[in-house]
Amino acid sequence: MTDQTPAIELKGISKAFGPVQANKDISIRVMPGTIHGIIGENGAGKSTLMSILYGFYKADAGEILINGRPTQIPDSQAAIRAGIGMVFQHFKLVQNFSVLENVVLGAEDGRLLRPSLAKARRELKELAAEYELNIDPDAKIEDIGVGMQQRVEILKALYRQADILILDEPTGVLTPAEADHLFRILKGLRDQGKTIILITHKLREIMEITDTVSVMRRGEMTATVQTAETSPSELAELMVGRKVLLQVEKTPPTPGETILEVENLRVVDSKGVERLRGIGLEIRAGEILGLAGVAGNGQSELLEVLGGYRKAEGTIRLNGEQIDLSGRKSDARTRRARGIAHVPEDRHHEGLILEFSAWENVAFGYHDKPEFNKGVFMDNAAIKADAAAKMERFDVRPPNPNLAAKNFSGGNQQKIVVAREIERNPDLLLIGQPTRGVDIGAIEFIHEQIVALRDMGKAVLLVSVELDEIMSLSDRIAVMFDGQVMGERVPSETDERELGLLMAGITDTDKPHSEAEIEANLAKTRASAAKEV
Amino acid sequence: MQKMPQWADVVLIPLISLILAALLSALVILAIGENPWAALKLMVDGSMGSTYAWGYTLYYATNFIFTGLAVAIAIHARLFNIGGEGQAMLGGLGVALIALYIPWPHWTLALLGGAVGAALFGAAWALIPAWLQARRGSHIVITTIMFNFIAAALLNYLLIGALKPSGSMEPATGRFPESTHLPTFQDMFSTAETALFRGAPVNVSFFVALLACVAVWALIWRTRLGYEIRAFGQSESAAKYAGISPTRIIVVTMLMSGGLAGMMAINNVMGEAERLVLNAVEGAGFIGIAVALMGRSHPFGVLLAALLFGFLYQGGAELALWTSIPRELIVVIQALVILFTGALDHMVRAPLEAIFLRLRPAPKPARKTEPAE
Repeated sequence: MTDQTPAIELKGISKAFGPVQANKDISIRVMPGTIHGIIGENGAGKSTLMSILYGFYKADAGEILINGRPTQIPDSQAAIRAGIGMVFQHFKLVQNFSVLENVVLGAEDGRLLRPSLAKARRELKELAAEYELNIDPDAKIEDIGVGMQQRVEILKALYRQADILILDEPTGVLTPAEADHLFRILKGLRDQGKTIILITHKLREIMEITDTVSVMRRGEMTATVQTAETSPSELAELMVGRKVLLQVEKTPPTPGETILEVENLRVVDSKGVERLRGIGLEIRAGEILGLAGVAGNGQSELLEVLGGYRKAEGTIRLNGEQIDLSGRKSDARTRRARGIAHVPEDRHHEGLILEFSAWENVAFGYHDKPEFNKGVFMDNAAIKADAAAKMERFDVRPPNPNLAAKNFSGGNQQKIVVAREIERNPDLLLIGQPTRGVDIGAIEFIHEQIVALRDMGKAVLLVSVELDEIMSLSDRIAVMFDGQVMGERVPSETDERELGLLMAGITDTDKPHSEAEIEANLAKTRASAAKEV
Repeated sequence: MQKMPQWADVVLIPLISLILAALLSALVILAIGENPWAALKLMVDGSMGSTYAWGYTLYYATNFIFTGLAVAIAIHARLFNIGGEGQAMLGGLGVALIALYIPWPHWTLALLGGAVGAALFGAAWALIPAWLQARRGSHIVITTIMFNFIAAALLNYLLIGALKPSGSMEPATGRFPESTHLPTFQDMFSTAETALFRGAPVNVSFFVALLACVAVWALIWRTRLGYEIRAFGQSESAAKYAGISPTRIIVVTMLMSGGLAGMMAINNVMGEAERLVLNAVEGAGFIGIAVALMGRSHPFGVLLAALLFGFLYQGGAELALWTSIPRELIVVIQALVILFTGALDHMVRAPLEAIFLRLRPAPKPARKTEPAE
């Protein structure tokens, strides 16, 4: 295999953004007809590297060889001409165009559309037959599910004669069943001689599908190994630079009295769409309830209602006392006073004010507490001292409270939010996507904190689209689909297949279900979900 | 990542913009056949050459401090209040009513009463746009500018009607009583031997303006309300998450903004004219926008910018008086300054940032090397 010409060879690629060295002297050989994984934490430089390959950025130094030929890639048109196709994490599709129109867009053959569309229709048919990429060419993008939309992106690349396909975090928005389907497509493409680069931070995917894997850390390529010859723990160590616990260590739960009761909760959004359709939940003290589901099925709305900044109908009781859901006392301030802490899903737009310094953020939401105030003035010295202490306990780096929140890495930003909420010693912690965009080292730490809070006898509602996270942290799992809870399971008595079916709204999980059925079910609600992700 | 040191952002960019505006103005003056150097000298002389000149510069600056602070405080809540003009007009009405219809024993009490009246009337004029924005989503830029016209019409109506002393031919109120006359700098600083600030309109309200700067600074950066205003201005979604009521912040901020704009009236109406005349504001409400933008919405920046515009106003008036440079050209020069310091900010900023990035020493290793993906 080594005497073969690599499909892609990068030699000494470097790229700096101002003082930040995003890629440092990176060399990599990707063999044709293989699936090559690139794994690394957020901020390791994976996306930068691929952006250089796709012509979005120009490398400061280094050389790109495609099939052994040195190639200049100044823009994405050049990348397409060189046979490179890219499937982005956030799809670049026109929502109210049909599949066919999206595939042709930018690759029309002439001024008239009709011949191009006819040609594309023929080719799509062939591609569909060849790679299990079947899709209705006349369906509108807004009417099809995320998994389908991803297939449209792949078809777009193939239609442009791509031999090399780059996929950036492709499974982030997929259910397990959809991810399996994607992997089958990718294997099919590989067997036909296509070269695939898969960028991910999920070890499981790397192990499952890649032939070779390269690990990036802090802008550098730390290793390239054959997947068959490595293990998840070795890869994790290469990614982080030290040993990591991949499993959360926790003792069996000892649930106490009921902390949170939710009954028949309903939310109608501003467009008149019913986002929550009669939710019922219960969380006890000393228990973590994991809320699984594909993004956009009402989890965010539920967190917002509980957090106090979305009006709802129904009943919520905290410690047996009813909570005002739509009146004057229905705001986030009152909820905090009642003992609900909230780590929101989106730390950039909710959890933090990025322009504020870390110390101002550590008081955020609790800025009216007496210990932070002296009369009408805020006691900035007290807040700073409090922030410094919390940042030290949560190992936020750099431990400088005066630094603006935007200058911390994702993991450290999340630690600031988690520290602020957990250290308030709440009765109920709402925590949404606790480790989205967070590096492995910080994930481990945040998971430990959540479990520690549970062990102190607090209730935790965990919302995550990462099924692994739900499975390893939760004491009970509830699955949401289309604004409803489809069922509850205990982690030790369920598996990904069953949860995946529930996530697609199928409750009779004992019976076999075809992929088409799951897809059809998902498509019903997914269009709106996709816009939110 | 900070692209350049803060001092460059605060000092260098406005300074370069200012120089660019001055150069372009010089070209325009050259083009109409006057000597730009002489013009500049005349402007400096006429606005800073004597205590009399300073008296006018500071008088204008006082107006601009109030209207500039009004715009600046709203900007912190990401509200663009361009209704300072109308709010200042209403402030004038408030001052006039208080000075004319309440007998004041001493000017200190009159100043206090006038300030309260001006602020209340200005705030009331900002309340309706604020409420419409908070509750109905009507854009504050549209509503505040419409309220400028309504204010002008309202004052027109009152000054030719109810407020005009009978028998007067002029659209203005009667003169305020003696006890409401504010001491000018001439009254305060002249000694028996030397008269300072003789005849200049600058008066004690300049010090009120300085106090207002300090108060706004403390409010924005030292109080809970200021914290909430800034948080709301940076991110409305985060503010809601933290339990900050958007309605409350919008209304309270606009009340304070309108109040500050209204307080300008203690300077131009109570301190200078000593009666309310038509068009008393003379565009100071709009200058306030430029002042706030140039001052980076910081009270001390506003102070400096207001002084600059005071200089331009007074210097410009001198220019029109002594040269063949027409009055309109002064407006052009002022507009160029606004254009460069406000609108074309980025034109200066981008190259400057590039220069600073190049000058920066190589990054220290391993400190913070995670780039944003």
